[in-house]
Amino acid sequence: MASIELKDIVKIYKDRKRGTELLSIDNVSFSVDSNEFLCLLGPSGCGKSTLLNMIAGFESATSGTVSVGGKPVLGPGADRGMVFQQATLMPWLPVWENIAFSLKLAGKGAEERRAAAQPFIDMVKLTGFENHYPAELSGGMAQRVGIARALLLNFSVILMDEPFAALDAQTKLEMQEELVAIWQRHQGTVVFVTHSVDEALVLGSQIAVMTHRPGRIRELIKLDLPRPRDSTSAEFNEYKRHILALIREESALARADAATV
Amino acid sequence: MNWLASLREQRDRLWVPVLLIVAWEIFSRSGWLPPSLLPAPSTVCRTWADWVFSIDESSQANAGRWIHDALASSVRVFVGYAIAVVSGVLLGVAIGWWRWVEKTIEPTIQMLRPVPPVSWIPLAIIWFGIANKPAIFLVFLGAFFPVLMNAIHGVKTVDRNLIRAAAMMGGREAQILRYVVLPAALPSIFAGLRIAIGSAWMLTVTAEMVAVKSGLGYVLWDSYYFLRYDLVIAAMISIGLLGFLTDWLIKLLMSRILHWQHGQTVQGRNH
Ligand SMILES: Nc1ncnc2c1ncn2[C@@H]1O[C@H](COP(=O)(O)OP(=O)(O)OP(=O)(O)O)[C@@H](O)[C@H]1O
Ligand SMILES: [Mg+2]
Repeated sequence: MASIELKDIVKIYKDRKRGTELLSIDNVSFSVDSNEFLCLLGPSGCGKSTLLNMIAGFESATSGTVSVGGKPVLGPGADRGMVFQQATLMPWLPVWENIAFSLKLAGKGAEERRAAAQPFIDMVKLTGFENHYPAELSGGMAQRVGIARALLLNFSVILMDEPFAALDAQTKLEMQEELVAIWQRHQGTVVFVTHSVDEALVLGSQIAVMTHRPGRIRELIKLDLPRPRDSTSAEFNEYKRHILALIREESALARADAATV
Repeated sequence: MNWLASLREQRDRLWVPVLLIVAWEIFSRSGWLPPSLLPAPSTVCRTWADWVFSIDESSQANAGRWIHDALASSVRVFVGYAIAVVSGVLLGVAIGWWRWVEKTIEPTIQMLRPVPPVSWIPLAIIWFGIANKPAIFLVFLGAFFPVLMNAIHGVKTVDRNLIRAAAMMGGREAQILRYVVLPAALPSIFAGLRIAIGSAWMLTVTAEMVAVKSGLGYVLWDSYYFLRYDLVIAAMISIGLLGFLTDWLIKLLMSRILHWQHGQTVQGRNH
């Protein structure tokens, strides 16, 4: 299916009003084979969302190339789906219409859309909230609608930007299990942004640890752990110690940088 | 005891206007001013009733012609407003969405916008003559700009990620405009519609005072020449009532269409 390849990506944000430039991504290259589950781990502001936006085709790199399935990314495409950091639902549509919005664009009738949405509504545990509007949902519920919307399209690449950050521990656990199960069933390439080392270790088949801004890839770690992941096992904690050490080093470097500026 | 509560609420709303009207009646009857200069509310009501139902000829030639006058004004408002809404929304969405439309059209609009619509009256009369058309033209001018400006603003402030989400789900440009940009801009568009209906009534009345020989504005100005201030006041109240009614209709439509906003905004607090 679709593999992702990033080559020498540089992203500079130009601020015309202030006349400044901000180097957001500094020469990132990595590739994700198809059917991998890559977790992007990095401090706030290091460019994780920016990377996802470039893979999705919402933004273009200042230099370098992004390709998915061997083809360069020129814009949003039907092969790539995104779960946004903020839920980004249409506030004028009820839950089920939001989830089935892509079918409306495809010209499908209301009955068909309603039926297609139901299994995904159940999957993200929003049964009974079909007719609620986004303003009537909690942050975590809205986020689950965004996840259901992306799953319905059955993309071969799914980009997820901290989708579980707003969920309670219990729901988060259930959603993580569900996501891994879906990924194993359907196969597809996932890029999953998170702040949590534990979450990355529970979900990923690989973990990319990023540096502080400007973002680079510090280390790409392939996880050799059996599923379901056991967070008490010695191997799990070995990985965790290693990654936490990297993060600690990075934040020390970030402080040093901040002190010299 | 639901009706009791609603009665109490009505009392909260009504006691200020009732007090004002009673004070006015007493003041008019006290003889401080000649009664013809400030007719008492009771006189205004009698004249108005005759204007509407033709009871005692107290409104003279106007007796029984209220509905005719009100309809004449309403039709002008409706036609001018409808043209302004359709063209203002379409053009506003185009300007807000396409850079090249903005670049080519925006400067012209910014030049025309500061010209007060009433200053078009002479040109409107020589172009369209003395009839419905100059009034409709003025109403259009008054309603068009608020609709346009709010539509542009609404489109420009659509959340960028909503458009991205729609593009990701396979939306083509026309679909994104229809299913994302337009609904997202509706709250702002409705704000424009409500400002515009006020301008529309204002300009109908102005046009009728100058360029048309029928309607509530014409009766108002004509009665002024005949020193019938009771009729002037009755006409003022009629215009106010119709303005209120149309604004209420737009508000009703708005609450129907924007019902999804419920629970997302401050609805007005008690105390
Ligand atoms: N549209 C934009 N215009 C200007 N600068 C931007 C823009 N988007 C992001 N940036 C800058 O690029 C840097 C990286 O932002 P990004 O959103 O990718 O961070 P992130 O890693 O996703 O952070 P977080 O974990 O807090 O979500 C930040 O310094 C941010 O200020
Ligand atoms: Mg982010």
